[in-house]
Formats: sequence, C-alpha cells, structure tokens
Amino acid sequence: MSRLTMREAISQAMWEEMERDPNVFIMGEEVGVWGGSYAVTKGFYDHFGGERVRDTPIAESAIVGAAIGSAMTGLRPIAELMTINFAFATMDHIVNEAAKLHYMFGGQFVLPMVIRAVTGGGRQLAATHSQTPDAIFAHFPGLKVVAPGTPEDAKGMMKAAIRSNDPVLFLEHATLYQVRGEVPDGDYVVPIGKSKVQRPGQHVTVVTYSKGLEISLKAADELAKEGIEAEVVDLRSLRPLDMDPVIESFKKTNRAVVVEEGWKSFGVGSEISSRIYEQAFDYVDAPVKRVAQKEVPLPYNRALEQSALPQVADVIAAVKEVL
Amino acid sequence: MAETVNMPKLGFDMAEGTLVRWVKKEGETVNKGEVLAEIETDKATVEVESSASGVVRKLLVDEGAVVPVSTPIAVVGTADEKIEAPSAAAARPAPKAEPAAPQPVPVPAAAPVAVAGPVKASPLAKRIARESQVNLALIHGSGPGGRIVRRDIEGAFSQERRDAVAGGSPRPAAPARAFPSLADEAVAPSKLRLAIGRRMVESKTTVPHFYLTHEYNIAALLDLRRQYNAILAENEKLSVNDFIVKAVALTLRQFPNLNASLNGSSVLRHGSINIGIAVSVEGGLLTVVCRDADRKSLPELSAEVKAMAARVREGKVKPDDIEGSTFSISNLGMFDVENFAAIINPPEAGILAVGSAREVPVVENGAVKPGWRMKATISVDHRVSDGAEAAKFMQALAVYLEEPLRLIL
Repeated sequence: MSRLTMREAISQAMWEEMERDPNVFIMGEEVGVWGGSYAVTKGFYDHFGGERVRDTPIAESAIVGAAIGSAMTGLRPIAELMTINFAFATMDHIVNEAAKLHYMFGGQFVLPMVIRAVTGGGRQLAATHSQTPDAIFAHFPGLKVVAPGTPEDAKGMMKAAIRSNDPVLFLEHATLYQVRGEVPDGDYVVPIGKSKVQRPGQHVTVVTYSKGLEISLKAADELAKEGIEAEVVDLRSLRPLDMDPVIESFKKTNRAVVVEEGWKSFGVGSEISSRIYEQAFDYVDAPVKRVAQKEVPLPYNRALEQSALPQVADVIAAVKEVL
Repeated sequence: MAETVNMPKLGFDMAEGTLVRWVKKEGETVNKGEVLAEIETDKATVEVESSASGVVRKLLVDEGAVVPVSTPIAVVGTADEKIEAPSAAAARPAPKAEPAAPQPVPVPAAAPVAVAGPVKASPLAKRIARESQVNLALIHGSGPGGRIVRRDIEGAFSQERRDAVAGGSPRPAAPARAFPSLADEAVAPSKLRLAIGRRMVESKTTVPHFYLTHEYNIAALLDLRRQYNAILAENEKLSVNDFIVKAVALTLRQFPNLNASLNGSSVLRHGSINIGIAVSVEGGLLTVVCRDADRKSLPELSAEVKAMAARVREGKVKPDDIEGSTFSISNLGMFDVENFAAIINPPEAGILAVGSAREVPVVENGAVKPGWRMKATISVDHRVSDGAEAAKFMQALAVYLEEPLRLIL
C-alpha cells in the first residue's frame, strides 16, 4: 500500500497503461509540454514523447472527434477535456457518435476511448466553469460514466476505463485531486459498474459518489458521535449503475439520503430514489431525501458559492429528517 | 332562506356513502346542479350536485366520513344570512364500525386487517402490519404529519405484551408438580420456513380458495403399477404419485383455464404443462417441477422426479428444478392421510391434494364389497375458475386414474 493523492493515482494509472500498451496515447489542451492544467500528465511528455502526448488546439470537438476516429482504427486514446463544461462544445461527438457508433455500425467498430474531464465546483471558477453535469451524460445508453471518490478507486477504474472497449467518460472532481488515500501497490483493476459500501452502518443509507463521498463520510463521522450509524454506498459509476448494494443496504435501514453535487432536478438523486421506490417499496419507512446543489448558476463569491454547494451540515440535517 | 343538501340515495340498496372530497369549499358560490362533492358508494365514485344556488355556508361532514343516506351534508344560503346548522351527528368516520355496542367505541378493536386509505403509514409499516395482522387504525403515528412508521408498530407489539401481562386475571395457583417440565424453547425459523410462511400468508390472504373433493377407484391403477414394477429394476419402480402426475398433466390439456396464473388483471394460460410436486425436506418443503409432464412417458417422468427430489433432499437443487410450475400436486398418501386441502402456490390457479389409497367397503349393485379408493381435493383460485369447472376437471381426471392404460397409450 502507498498513500497517494487522487492526482498521483490517476497519473500512475495512465503511466502504467501507456507503458503496458503502445496503443494508448493522450491528447488535449496543455497536456504535453505544460503537463496538464491540473498537472495530472506532468512528466508524460518528456518520457513518452510528443507522438503519444499530444497538445491540441483549443477545440474540444476536434479533440473528441479525433479520439473517436483513432479509436475506430484501433488506438486507445485518452482525450482530456480541461473541464466538463467544455464538453458542451463537443456534445454531438460524445452523445451522437462515441455513444452510438458501435450500435449504429452493427458492432463492426469498438471505441476503446477515454474522455477525461474535470467536474465540479468549489474553486471559485464561476457559473460556466463550475458545473457538475454528470447526470446529463449518464442519460445516454452507450456511454460509460464513472466518477470515483477515492484514490484507490480512481487508479483501478482509470485502468479499467483504458482497457474497456467502450467509450468511458472519466469524471475527476476538481477539489478531490489533493485528497490522499491508501492505494494498493502493483497492477490492479477496479471494475466499472460496481457500487461499493465505503462505510458500514445500520440506521440510514447514504448513497453518493465522487465529491459527495467525501462530504458523506465526514457527515457519517459526525453522526456516529450521536450514535447514528450511516451506511455510505459509493456508486462509483453512474452508467452502468449498480443498485444491488444500495437496495441491500436500504432493506436493512429502510431510510436513505442521496448526496450529489449536481442540481437536484432530474439528477442522480432523482434516479436513485426512484429506483429505491421501484425495487424496495415495501421497505420504505420514510421518503428518500435528496441533498444537492441549490438550483442557481453557481456564484463566484466564495461564501455564496459554498452556500449553494451541498455541505456536511446539509447531509446531517437530511439524515436526521429521515430517521 | 338557507337550504340543506343531503346525502343522496343513488340506487335502491344504497344505505350510506363515503364523502371522498369536497369540490366546493365553505364560502364559495355554487349554482344548483353544480358539483358540490364526490362520494363513494359500494359500487362507484359519483358526483353530488348541489340542490340549491347560493354560497356554501357550512360543510357538515369531513372528507372521509361515512354518511347515511338523507343525512344533511352541507348548507347553501346567501352570504350573510344567519344559518342554523343541522346536526351531522349521524356521520361517523371511516372505516365502518358496527354500531352495536352502546359505548362510544370509534373503531372495532378486532378488525385484523390493515386499513388503507385514511390511515397514514409508511409502506414498510403497512407491510409489517399486514404480515403481523396489526390494525393500523389503532396505532398512533409518530412520523411527520402523524405517519405510522416501523417503530410505532414495533412499539405496539411491546405495548400489547405489557397489556397482556398487566391486564390478565390472576391465575389460580397451580398444583405443585413433582417433576419440573422442560423449559420453553425458542427456535429461530429457517429461511425456508420464513419463505414458506410468507408465501402461504400471501396465498391464504389474497387468493380466494375453494375446495372440491373427489373419490377415485384406483384398483386398476394399483394393478397396472404392480405389473409395471414387476418388470422394472429396483431403482426404476414407479410410485402411485408418478401415475397421478401424468394423469393430472393429461387432464390439464383439456382444462387450460386451470393450467394458468393470474397475472394482474388477466389470466395467463400456460402453453406448457409443468407440474409442481411438493417434496418434504428438513424443516420445510420445496416444489420440484416436472416440465411438459403431459408429454413424458411414465418411466421418464418417474426418473426425472426421483432425481430432482434427491437433489432437493441433498440441498443441491438447481433453479430449474423448482421454478416454472403451472399447477401443483401435494401428495400425503404415504402418511395414511385420508384427505386434506392444500394451499395454492401463487400465482398458480390450483393445486391437487392427494390422500392415501385405502381398501374400504364399497357398495356395488346393492352389495358391500372391498375396493381400493383414493381421495383427492383440488384447491382453486375463485378469481380464475368456478366450482363447476373444477368439478368437471375432477371427473375428467377419473377417466385417467380409473382407466390407467390411457396413461401409457
């Protein structure tokens, strides 16, 4: 075991996969000489060279489009979008091409590609650069959407994403890069589409992922001081979505809170709570509560920004409401 | 001059109606013929029209109340006139209570079934109440808005125990015993036991069973079995039940309505005849499934059932062994049971309970002589079929059981 930051874990995963498979290459804005705007690909350019670590123009549709083309011809591109907010500029490539080509061509092509994108708010980047639109992408069949919340999962899932023959959108939360955690040594893969209980408990089920995991675990620690044991289930991937641990936990606790950073309407919490009602109706003892971002464009002002984002106190309040 | 609006009589046998919803609120204007409220009779929900025009001055009953026919329910008048509200004491809250006892008892304490509708309870609380036969109407809800949640029902259980202890009359002194008896033993039910319990509660509380018993002359069947087994190896010998399974399967071909499941509001008539056969195991029973039993030869059917039963008893059952039955048979003949009635295995429409083959005195042409008889009782879901059809099935089954050569032709 080593204690790594999320940044180091993701970086290691890509490094090891590039060493393992010469078909893996990286492209994106500032990923090469500069080492990535979040420094995840620092040192890659010097080690692997400009052929496999390619700086691109500021043109997201070109980045994703080229990734799709190269994946169709047998390479395994990792395309970096500086933030998920820029994905809207290449939405057609992501949802109409990457997500559908395998299907539209009757399986003649696979698209072994990864789109890395920084998601989330909390760094005072204002309304257009701070969004958490994860749920939008999870809407489309054909696209895998993963968003790990721990360094261990980030490394193992990045490897799974690179080795996957389907297009994977890999979401990295901007404020999690410095989070440290134990990471197993050597080569390992964390399968995509498996939720995980990150903290056991018997009184309430907290379902979350990505940044929400950090908040939920802190809330669970606070609640434990009052004798309330929250079971925290980390979805890790939004599509495919693994409800089994959630339902299993819910059948035990009969109460749930879903924590996400995105907006509440039509979000992850809506999906999860609806599935709980569908799959475990007779176990429901209280309405499932959703903790999410206030429904406003995220403000630049730090105090306002924090008040719009879900906080530990919000999770604690929601848990007490359902108990 | 204010006018009262009464609970209308909508049909010659209507005695009362439930006021489901007030369409007009107090203070709203209403024209004669406009909808004032919705009421529910035994048969349907209907709209009540105002019999007067003016302002709704007073609503005399609450939503959810059960109101006898002709009882005043509202007063319509002008906005400022003084009104005398007629008494609405005749209304009482739903659920319906028998007004037999003179004491003011609002809800009968004996009603065992969970009350839906006006009682606010979480789905989990409703399920627990249903399974443990607790009347939700008697429980105080501690959740938001008075919702009954799990802890309230669990609290009711322990309250019941306390009441039982506190309220019981003092026992007469027991005579001194020479020997102490064994202590009570609490046994945790196995998963299988719990599963059986759940399914049987579901069946007995939701499926309207009816039962028909028929006696079969099985002398010929026993004789044929003897001949068959004389030429079969020890491990291939046929049981009486094998013959019954085949006979039932062939009979079901003529009664597709009994080889069926109730699927929501429609009856699903199965294309295959898969006979479930109850096999007793340690601490419970399982049903093994003989697929397409009508198309298998007796030795084939017998070998298959034997193999499945062995797997079940060894705990090595495969999902295919126990899933997909379309009609079931429970045979307790080997235990010297004359006759019994089985509980339907949902969602199937019927089950046949088979008793022992017994040598009994029978009357033939006015003379008593010995004969071999076997009784079988069919349990049928009344939502799917009726007595006459089930009776015809039992008669048709006799053709195969009493002329068993048909089973091997």
